[in-house]
Formats: sequence, C-alpha cells, structure tokens
Amino acid sequence: MTLTDWFNKRKQEQKQALRENEVNIDDSVGKLWSLCYNCNSQLPKKDLENNNMVCPVCDYHFRIGARERIKLVADEGTFEEYFANIKGVDPLEFVDTKPYYKRQEEAKNKTGLDEAVITGVGEIDGQKVALAVMDFEYMGGSMGSVVGEKVTRIMEVALQKQIPMIAFTASGGARMQESALSLMQMAKTSCAVARLNEAKLLYITVLCEPTFGGVTASFGTLGDIMIAEKGARIGFAGRRVIEQTIKQKLPPDFQTAEYLLKYGQIDLIVERKEMKEKLSKLISMHSQNRERNL
Amino acid sequence: MIETDKKVQILDFEKPIYIMQEKIEELKKISMDTKMDYNSEIETLEKQTQEYKKELYDNLEPYQKLQIARHPSRPNFHDYVNFMTEDFIELHGDREGTDDRAIEGGVARIGGMPVMLIGTVKGKTTKENLECNFGMPQPQGYRKALRLFEHASRFNLPIITLVDTMGAYPGIKAEETGQGIAIAVNLKQMAKLDVPVISVITGEGCSGGALGLAVSNKVMILEHAYYTVISPEGCASILWRDAAEAKTAANALKITANDLLKYNIVDEVIKEPVGGAHYDPELMASTLKEALLKALEEFKGKTPDELKAHRYNKFRALGVFAQ
Repeated sequence: MTLTDWFNKRKQEQKQALRENEVNIDDSVGKLWSLCYNCNSQLPKKDLENNNMVCPVCDYHFRIGARERIKLVADEGTFEEYFANIKGVDPLEFVDTKPYYKRQEEAKNKTGLDEAVITGVGEIDGQKVALAVMDFEYMGGSMGSVVGEKVTRIMEVALQKQIPMIAFTASGGARMQESALSLMQMAKTSCAVARLNEAKLLYITVLCEPTFGGVTASFGTLGDIMIAEKGARIGFAGRRVIEQTIKQKLPPDFQTAEYLLKYGQIDLIVERKEMKEKLSKLISMHSQNRERNL
Repeated sequence: MIETDKKVQILDFEKPIYIMQEKIEELKKISMDTKMDYNSEIETLEKQTQEYKKELYDNLEPYQKLQIARHPSRPNFHDYVNFMTEDFIELHGDREGTDDRAIEGGVARIGGMPVMLIGTVKGKTTKENLECNFGMPQPQGYRKALRLFEHASRFNLPIITLVDTMGAYPGIKAEETGQGIAIAVNLKQMAKLDVPVISVITGEGCSGGALGLAVSNKVMILEHAYYTVISPEGCASILWRDAAEAKTAANALKITANDLLKYNIVDEVIKEPVGGAHYDPELMASTLKEALLKALEEFKGKTPDELKAHRYNKFRALGVFAQ
C-alpha cells in the first residue's frame, strides 16, 4: 500500500464513519449549519428544514423522526395519538455492556419518545387513516414488546373504524434485549395484518431509511402496497453479515430502494416531498369502489 | 450412550465422563487379564459416573445446551421421518423454478394419521450440508413451505413442522428474491390456515428463519434445543462488539427451553435421552412422536374458525409491557 492509498483509505473510512453517525454531524457543525454527508455541501439548517430535511443540492433524504414525519403527511391538527400509555419494561433483566433499562432511559432522554413507534389516527386530505410511525433514533427503531403491541393495537383500531392503515418503518430489526419476546412480535403484527386482509382494508407500508431484519420480515413488507422512500436502504440481513457469510464485496447500490425496485420487491419509490400526495391518491383510488365491493 | 458408540463426538464439558468410562474399561480389562476381582471398585466407579452424568446434564449452562443443539450427530429431519412415520411422500418445489433443499415437506402418516410434515434439513456430512445449505433456507424454501401449508389446509391435513435452523440464509440472491418478504408472508398466511398447526423446535431455532415455519397452535421444544431472536454469536458481535462473548450473550438471551416456557413462547418441553438426542435418536423420535400425537389429539374436532382464533389469541398475548 502506498502512502497515498493509505490516505485515501483513511479518508474513505472517515466518510463512512460520518455516514454512520449522521446525528453527531449535526451536533458538531452547530445549530445553524448542517453538512450533507452525501455531497458534503454546507447547508443552512433552516433551508434544510424548509426542504423537509432533503438536501437541496443532491436530493439526499436525511433521516427524520416520527413526529416530523407525522407532520409531513397528516393534515394539520388532525393527528390524535393512541396508546401512548404503553411503556417498555425490562422483562429479561437484560444486561450487555449496559443494562437494558439504562438504554431505555437514554433513548427516552435523547429522543423525547417513550418508544420506537408512535401510533394514532389522523387525516390525509380529509381521509381518515390509522398510522404507525417508527423512529430510528429510539434504540435503532428496534421492535420489542411495546412496538409490537402498539402496531397490533392500531391495526385493530383500523379494523374497528374500517379505515386504511399506513405504517412508516425505520428499524434495525427485532430488539435483542427482549430476545424471543421480540421475535414473537413479528408473528403478532403479521397475524394482525392477516385480519386487515380479511376485512379488505387497505394497508400501505412506507419503508424508510433504514428498514432491516425483523421489521422487514414481518409487518414492514406485508403492505398491499409497498412504498420505499427515496434513498432508503431495505433488507433482511445486514450488509456486513452478508459480506462475512459469502466472503465477497457487495455492489455499492445493494439493498437500496432503487435496487429493490429493479428486482421487483417493492411497488414504487416516492420522494419525501411527494409522499403525502401519493398516499392521498392511493387511498382515494382504493376507497372509491370499496363500499360496492363489500 | 457414550460407551456403546465411540463415533459420537464428545463435547468439551463431557470429557470427565469419557475419562471415567475409560478408567472403568481399563479396570475391567485388567480384571480380565489378571483374573483379580475389581468388581466392587468398578461398581463404585460406575455409580459415580452415573451420578456425575445426571448432575451434569440436569444443570447444563445455556451455552452447553447450545452445543448439544448444534451437535453434528443430532437427529435431523430425515431421521425423524424414518423413525416416526409409516409413510412419507415428499412434495417438491416452489413452482417458480426452485426446489430449496433446506426445507423439505410432504404428506406423511404418523400413528395412522395423515398429516403434512415439513421441516428444515441439516446434513450430517459435508456433501449433505452443501446440498441443503447447512439448513439455511432461501426465500424459495419458505415459498415451497407456504405452498404445502395451503395445500394441507385445502385437504384438511394437520400440519407438523420440525424446525432446526441457524436462520434464513443471508446472501445476495436471497435478498434480491425477497428473504424478508417470504418470511413475512408465511407469518401472515399461517394465521389463516384452517387446520391445526404443531411446531417443534428440534435443535436451533434462530430468528425469523425459524419463526417462518412456527406460527402454530402449539409450539413445543426439545429439552436441549434453543429458540432466540438472534444467534448468541450475532448478538455478541453487535452488543458486545466481540463474538467471543457468545457465552455471555447465550445467558442474557434466555434461550433455553425452560426459560421459553416461562414466557409462554413455547407450550411444552419434550424430554431428550440422557446427554441429548444424538445418544439415542430412535428413543428421541419415539418420545417426539408420542408428544405430536397427543398434541394432534388436543385440536381434533376444532373448527377452522376455532383454530384460527386460537392461533391469533396465542400470539396476540405475547409480549411484556406496562400500561
């Protein structure tokens, strides 16, 4: 390896590290400026926020939290949160390098959320929908008992109110700290989708950056319509696990929304700024003939 | 048993038993050769060995159980088919170009009852393992299973699944053809089946790859098998950033049969022969068969709606939270 190679490699690694710690960049650059780690542009934070957290230069979609997402799709003032009272416990008294309950506290303080999903009912252009919106910042959006329970309950609300259901996913997968209990949430939420199917209620999933593991392998990919938000990475196994298993490098676009579309795994890719409009149209086209159909 | 089958690979924690047994053999040989009577000594040693064995196998650490669950001679799907069924006709393929050998299934007769028997397949030799991809299914395997589930549902055949897998295969083609979707669809469609579904975790029950065959009315597990959201090695490398912490992770993940029973993740634990299923596969199969027939009896005469509601409510109730 020449010295220039070494420098290049180091630069690459630093870039990679920045990529993995998007939030930290925000903090380090300060409150007024943000750095797009895709095109490296310095962006006034206000511009970025006014552009739905999408880089105005390269169209890179920054990760956004559950509350921001709800604001983007639900008509103003229509969202009513459900099941906020369901809170996490530490059933297995799990300790890795930190106790699970400590991690839960930290996640709460960091995000101001009680868990990795917000559920409720809102309107999209006046059409009532049940919503489950995940937040990656809360323990990597992982699904444990609370996420599974809230998602299942909001689907039951959709069933009871006979309204469409939309799930926005952003998750590293099942939550390891609840072990098999987390695994069972995959079964629980999928069984709830079965009931939506039987009632012929529209269920749309919007897979956001990133969606992996147990959420991909359960309610995340069971939508009648599957949308990927632009730039999202979606998969079952993580990139590193696959590379270690097959002992070869993966193509750079592997598991991107575009890649999945090419292989027929999703219905469409939607940019953040068009999300509400597309959802609204899909709901309206699917509900118009529904009454006659029942 | 160890003494009768030397070919069985001894696990590290079993070495003391092996050494004791060698001592006994030696003493027997000396006694034969020299015509001296060591019978009382031999008897004492044998008694001690038995006591030690009971003590050891009754108090295995989670990681030791995991080693038994992964034992290369552990009975596999083929063994259970041979020992448990009077008849088995394999049904192949996903009808879309693939016959994944990591999942096999077919119509079988067990104790006179026709059933659909489906399971993940692990090989015992390298050749077999290459063929069945070490028991790690591709999406096409789950789709074949789903085809057979729905077939069974149409013809009123109760479904039995035997699960022993390190997980669904993490590969390029698997991702391109929808590994996550294939599992998700199985979870959802299993909820809709009109017939009783009984699952047994016979060895490794790792992650969604295992659950994709186990959304069932009754989930049973063999005594030393384990069931978890992620392999202890995978968990250790993520949470401890060190795969060598697998033992610690195995403890933390509460993967053993008795732990799972406590949280209602499994409904019943099936006893294994002393030392593990691989010491007596035939005995294991007959115990398993008995448990399966009993489980089928439980759901006999239930209507499709009752079975579906039972399955839904069973999984609906799982999870621990405060409100």
